[in-house]
Amino acid sequence: MQVNEKKGEFKPTIVAFCCNWCSYAGADLAGTSRLSYPANVKIIRVPCSCRVNPMFILRAFQRGADGVILCGCHPGDCHYSTGNYYARRRMTMLFSMLDYLGIDRKRTRVEWVSAAEGTKFAAVMNDFAQTITELGENVKLGDLRCKE
Amino acid sequence: MQRVAEMMLERAKALLADGTVNRVVGWEMGEFFYDLTPAVFTADGLDKFVYNGFSGANLSKYMIKECAKDGKALVFLKPCDTYSFNQLINEHRVDREKVYIIGVECRGMIDIRKIRDMGIKGVTAIREEGEELIIDTIYGEKKCARKDALLEKCLCCKGQEFVVYDELLTTGEAFTVGGNNRFAKVAELEAMTPGERFAFWRNELSKCIRCNACRNVCPACSCLQCVFDNPKSGIASKANADDFEENMFHIIRAFHVAGRCTDCGECSRVCPQGIPLHLLNRKFIKDVNEFYGEFQAGADNTTKYPLTNFTKEDVEPSIVTNRGGEN
Repeated sequence: MQVNEKKGEFKPTIVAFCCNWCSYAGADLAGTSRLSYPANVKIIRVPCSCRVNPMFILRAFQRGADGVILCGCHPGDCHYSTGNYYARRRMTMLFSMLDYLGIDRKRTRVEWVSAAEGTKFAAVMNDFAQTITELGENVKLGDLRCKE
Repeated sequence: MQRVAEMMLERAKALLADGTVNRVVGWEMGEFFYDLTPAVFTADGLDKFVYNGFSGANLSKYMIKECAKDGKALVFLKPCDTYSFNQLINEHRVDREKVYIIGVECRGMIDIRKIRDMGIKGVTAIREEGEELIIDTIYGEKKCARKDALLEKCLCCKGQEFVVYDELLTTGEAFTVGGNNRFAKVAELEAMTPGERFAFWRNELSKCIRCNACRNVCPACSCLQCVFDNPKSGIASKANADDFEENMFHIIRAFHVAGRCTDCGECSRVCPQGIPLHLLNRKFIKDVNEFYGEFQAGADNTTKYPLTNFTKEDVEPSIVTNRGGEN
């Protein structure tokens, strides 16, 4: 799938991991409320924010994502009580490491979006897409096998 | 060093004779005199036992397999190795009852690569005289300061404290090792721009030949089934086209030991390509210290590791994005 159209303006590929219980429902609400958010945000539903293995994020970057965002329930509201607390620590460490390896720290983000926050979801995605568009295309991380 | 080695051999013989242990885990001569390999000895093979400035190998990880065998094994651990062993106890990977630990004095171990990097070629033997190394080469005798030839891990020595042992063997002579700030290089990298950092790591990690030595030697990498052995993981072998696979492998490897890494430096020591892998681990250690408070893996048996623990007041991941400066 070629998302980045070469001609015309740069449209970033953004991968959003959304937890099933809050953020995915938040995205749903944004949709049913007819709020618009960029179409190049690709949502991947995960059972909980702590389901996101660091490899998922690396793979997303490798396969051409320009930004990766993880959305989960607000701390304290996790469907599984504590999942997002672990995710929070993990992602802090991983993002810091990605920054250390030279992937711009603005390309990774964690946001807490509840099922009632459709407007927040749309706002977050618009803002993130804006940031990534300004940053431009990510450094080349993929290898030849990842090209179509 | 010679005296400690003699004391060790003596104790090993005594413990084997009185039946406390039935085998000894130590170091034996490899292909070359500087190439010591971990080995398991029984009473009649002990003449091959060596302990000298090249006994850098951490024997902790070998105890996982030794604990599966019958009887008690004797192992010699240097101060920093005891942290790894303690960490393995915490993770229930070794049986403390089946291991007899003798903590041995260590004055820092020598890195043959550093001697080669000084331009000293054709090394045939190395003797230690106080703070100096006398190096016999086929081109004659050379000298260098001992501290210039130490392994990276020894330059940032954790100190001479043993966190787990049954008995100690020390000569009681005064000496100093280490003293370098272990985060100096990490801080230097952090001060670069993302582009420079990217180039630095791309250059270093693209040297990787995916021999998996770093994983195999790591005392924290003790899973029976490793993700990297799964051919479906997509990162089980050397990438055949480009090198981000190697970057991924090393990020994941470092991530899997984050919070559990005792900073024993084995990964960098064994890397045949000389990749400074400890810089990845140290970055995680530095972050853990910064975000969740000072933590030394393996130092005790009660503290939970940072990544299997949390508090409600933890910093948000945005701290990374909002960290000051342009880069």
